Amino acid sequence: MESLLNRYRNITVLLLVIAAQLILLAVQVKNNRDIPFIRVWTVTAVTPIASVVEWFRGGSSGFLHNYVFLHDADAENRRLREEVGRLKMDNIFLRNELRQADRARALQVFQSSTQSKTLAARTIGAGAGSGSKTIYVDRGSVEGVERGMAVVTPEGIVGKVIASYPTASEVLLVNDPDFAAGVVSQKNQTRGTLKGQGNGPCKVDYVPLEEKVEVGEWFYTSGDDRIFPRGFPVGTVTAVHEGQPFKEIQVEPSGFQHGLEDMLIILSGVHQEIPDTPPGNQPVYIAPAPPDALKSTTPDASGAPVPASGATAPATEADRLRAHYKALGDAQNHVFGENLPGQKPPNFNLVLPPGGVQPPSKQSGVQPPAKQSGGQAPLKPDGVPPASKQNVPPPPAQPDGTVAPAKPGAPPGKSPAVPPGGGGR
Amino acid sequence: MDYSDSRILLSSQREGNKSRFRTWVSMVVPLAAILFQFFLPRFFDFLRFIEMPFLVVVYFALVRRSQINGLLVGALVGLAQDSLSKHPLGMFGIVKTLVGYFAASVGLRIDVDHSMVRLVLTFFFYIFQQVLYWVMVRALLSQPMDLEPQLTALLALLNAVVGVALFHFLDKLRDRA
Repeated sequence: MESLLNRYRNITVLLLVIAAQLILLAVQVKNNRDIPFIRVWTVTAVTPIASVVEWFRGGSSGFLHNYVFLHDADAENRRLREEVGRLKMDNIFLRNELRQADRARALQVFQSSTQSKTLAARTIGAGAGSGSKTIYVDRGSVEGVERGMAVVTPEGIVGKVIASYPTASEVLLVNDPDFAAGVVSQKNQTRGTLKGQGNGPCKVDYVPLEEKVEVGEWFYTSGDDRIFPRGFPVGTVTAVHEGQPFKEIQVEPSGFQHGLEDMLIILSGVHQEIPDTPPGNQPVYIAPAPPDALKSTTPDASGAPVPASGATAPATEADRLRAHYKALGDAQNHVFGENLPGQKPPNFNLVLPPGGVQPPSKQSGVQPPAKQSGGQAPLKPDGVPPASKQNVPPPPAQPDGTVAPAKPGAPPGKSPAVPPGGGGR
Repeated sequence: MDYSDSRILLSSQREGNKSRFRTWVSMVVPLAAILFQFFLPRFFDFLRFIEMPFLVVVYFALVRRSQINGLLVGALVGLAQDSLSKHPLGMFGIVKTLVGYFAASVGLRIDVDHSMVRLVLTFFFYIFQQVLYWVMVRALLSQPMDLEPQLTALLALLNAVVGVALFHFLDKLRDRA
């Protein structure tokens, strides 16, 4: 080493001196971007070396990880596969739980809203006979289930009980060839008999050729069979053909299109009206206003009367203003929208008494206040509106799973929280 | 001295005579050259073409026949010249370092006591210095600079002529080894 240095001593000294002066030069001089050359040269000299070093380091690290440390990769792979399989099973289980929870919630809402007395049941088995479409549910004669009772879901009818045992019941599904039920179409009120065909859609028989049935039309139970109460959805028409001597109508049953896990057995049926709209287009249940909103409907500073609790509360400033003007009109026997042009308008600056204004009586020639638009029911004398299909919460279910009828006379199909067919999703 | 019978190329380094200078000569002569370059052109503008520090570096490198000595003298003189110029420190230093190194390398193989040799070498190294300086200004400083070959050659010739005379004077200050 020493001899090598002695041999190249001159050139070594030359390079050192040149390098020292280059460094000195680089410290002083800046490039056109005002960066000292010492920094430019250093970065230019170091970064390629750093890149090469990093390349070697990354390569060696990758080599170690990809080849040397792979001795436990197979075990890890097996473990990960097992974990993936377990997670898939968990995912399926949770999806089923969620679906079941949705269906249970929809079933509960439907159960509480329908007028018929129902009993929730769950499928525990399927019929053993080949070709027969029967299932077993976990409710029997002990809970009051009897042969001939209808079985429904929020989406439609499912079947009827053909055998009742103490702890279980056998249900004949609508697509069984032995099943039959009286149905009526929603649009044209065409009556017929629903029959199962074993597989696929059901058919509606005994519909005369002159009757009009359209594809997509809904069929509902007619109540003629004394099994299914009137007004439960059955299914939609998928095909209509001219047969002999009756029409050949195919109906896709809607009762178990979301599975047959939970259903309702109608213990005491109540006939209801055929809804005007298909189940999917029926109005959505709207919960009543929270108590805080109702409390805020006390008379305001201007003395304008506002609806009492139970009535529709003015949720916005526009609603409050509208109620104020209406009170002013009532106080001055003025009915908005019914006066001729040129007639004297009401005094909008009139100060109302704090207690509000009572509508003038008819004896004094004052007309009663106009009925509010929007389909709101008139107030009762105590200020509470009658129970309506939009703001009455469902009654609680009884411990035995049965639910008392919510309100006789009201069509139940218009008030479920989750419309039939929607399933709450 | 009469060099008419001597050879220009040396067969070995031992054939050449290494010159030694007194310490004060080694210090005063470069300093005087720098002062000459710094002061005289202010009063005699026509002397501006004489590159006195360059001539001193070439002389010491040639006659000392030591590459390390040559490059160190070149570096010191060059840095001193840089200190008195507007250029960053190191420009003349690098150039004269290389000039001193190569001049010493040549002095090891050529009999530099010959006047014609000195003339040619001085001419050559002057051009080498100018070209190298031009390259460094453009490459390192990224500054525009013109290099006029004819003017450079003329100045090289003039410096070579002045250098031969200067070298003859400086020969009287050295001690023969």
